[in-house]
Amino acid sequence: MGPQHPSTHGVLRLVLEIDGETVVRVKPEIGYLHTGIEKTCEAKFYQQVVPLTDRIDYLCPMTNNLCYCLAVEKLLGLEIPPKAQWMRVLMNELTRINSHLVWLGTHAMDLGAMTVFLYCFREREDVLRFFEMVSGQRMMTSYFRIGGLALEPPLGFFEKVKKFADRFPGNVDEYEGLLTGNPIFKMRTKGVARLTAEDAIAMGACGPTLRGSGVDMDLRRDAPYTGYENFKFKVPVRSEGDVFARYLCRVEELRESIGMVQQALGGMPEGPIKADAPKVVLPDREKMKTQMEALIYHFKIITEGFAVPAGEVYQAVESPRGEMGYYIVSDGTAKPYRVHMRGPSFANLQALGKMCEGGLIADVVAAIGSIDIVLGDVDR
Amino acid sequence: MPLVPAITDIEQLKTHPALARLVEWSVGAGSKSTVQAVKYDRDELTIWIAKESIREACSILRDSADCPFNYLADLTCVDWYPSEPRFEVVYHLLSIPTKERVRLKVRLDGSSPAIESVTSVWPAANFYEREVFDLFGVRFTGHPNLERIMMPDDWEGHPLRKDYPVEGYR
Repeated sequence: MGPQHPSTHGVLRLVLEIDGETVVRVKPEIGYLHTGIEKTCEAKFYQQVVPLTDRIDYLCPMTNNLCYCLAVEKLLGLEIPPKAQWMRVLMNELTRINSHLVWLGTHAMDLGAMTVFLYCFREREDVLRFFEMVSGQRMMTSYFRIGGLALEPPLGFFEKVKKFADRFPGNVDEYEGLLTGNPIFKMRTKGVARLTAEDAIAMGACGPTLRGSGVDMDLRRDAPYTGYENFKFKVPVRSEGDVFARYLCRVEELRESIGMVQQALGGMPEGPIKADAPKVVLPDREKMKTQMEALIYHFKIITEGFAVPAGEVYQAVESPRGEMGYYIVSDGTAKPYRVHMRGPSFANLQALGKMCEGGLIADVVAAIGSIDIVLGDVDR
Repeated sequence: MPLVPAITDIEQLKTHPALARLVEWSVGAGSKSTVQAVKYDRDELTIWIAKESIREACSILRDSADCPFNYLADLTCVDWYPSEPRFEVVYHLLSIPTKERVRLKVRLDGSSPAIESVTSVWPAANFYEREVFDLFGVRFTGHPNLERIMMPDDWEGHPLRKDYPVEGYR
């Protein structure tokens, strides 16, 4: 099955050993999208790695940016101003909505429900416009930078997000109206591709795949980063461990995320969006053109990068797919000695075998959709 | 969060559940050299483990009663070429009940790097070990299916080694 199968969401190849219609063994074959990003990182300055991180998990670029920036900031011991932190939470939750909408649309389409796809992409378009407003890019945003944000959000941005956030819960009702009670959807998902809690933990599953199996684990709550401790949200957990449970977890997460967007809009602090660290953070354009000192710093950062104290960190964040981790080793120079990305899809893919074995071939499609795989994240 | 100097004294760090459990176990087993060194830096604990006891150390940590490190969050490798020991295999463990994290490290020689697989402790290690084998050329003994995972099967060399050029061989 694959690598060109429409339900594999990219270029995943599964070698299925079958007995009639029953799947005996699943062997994922990956590497079709391997671009050697980890190797490339070692040849770049720290700030030049940020655009590479967008391209790993292309459905949640901001979460990748965030994870990388947090890791480098931890290495540097840099304090981030509150407005930048809140903006990061806001954008990160919009990213989660964006990613979950793509998942919901394609997952439903894999199972034969075309309409949901069109509705989901309608709302996704709004979110992509917000990305474009703040960063100038719809997908490869590179909006978070080491030490803060790239740009101040433009005028009218918060009002537009507010309008969207007020409307969005109604949209989620609409999707749920098409799927949650739909007998065909239920037949395709309930009791399909089960994963027990023990297996989920042993196979290293994470995110909604883990929570759908009854393990209460969310890094935003359990190891808060970038100001998540100031936000109130519930972590949806389902104990059934089937495709339907994972679906319910993610749909519930859509509602929680929009709640967090509302909280971020309501409590957005005033202040700078970049840390006060001239040796690390690029100066404002205006200052760079009028002040000699700022020009020197700008020149030095661009041409020589900045040295990061030797050490190593592992920073994990909760991406839409689960635990995304960046392990960065610094040897005290301006280029990272080693960058390793722990992709949540890579971990979830291992659990796929356990889900599918003993099930029907047709259910493999439902299982792949339910782990929300992004192959860029698997192959890196 | 200004940087503070790293702590490398075992006695000061003994309150951490992972280290406490490992030290207790290695003293009980009569092999005091299991824990080679420790470092507490930037709120993260690193423990260097002797190469021979990595699988046992992992299963001890997984089955620890008060703080079971039941989740293998990540497994990777760092190449310190040209210094020796050249490779460091890095394990990031997470305890889902207590949310504690710990990093285990094993140093390996560059000549023919090999280490015992931990797939029997966490099946999740399967793909990670294959990735390290593929990109670094570290062998994992006892691994059920040690094949290349990212690169084609007939690829020569291990791309993430430091002596492998970024542009590849031409």
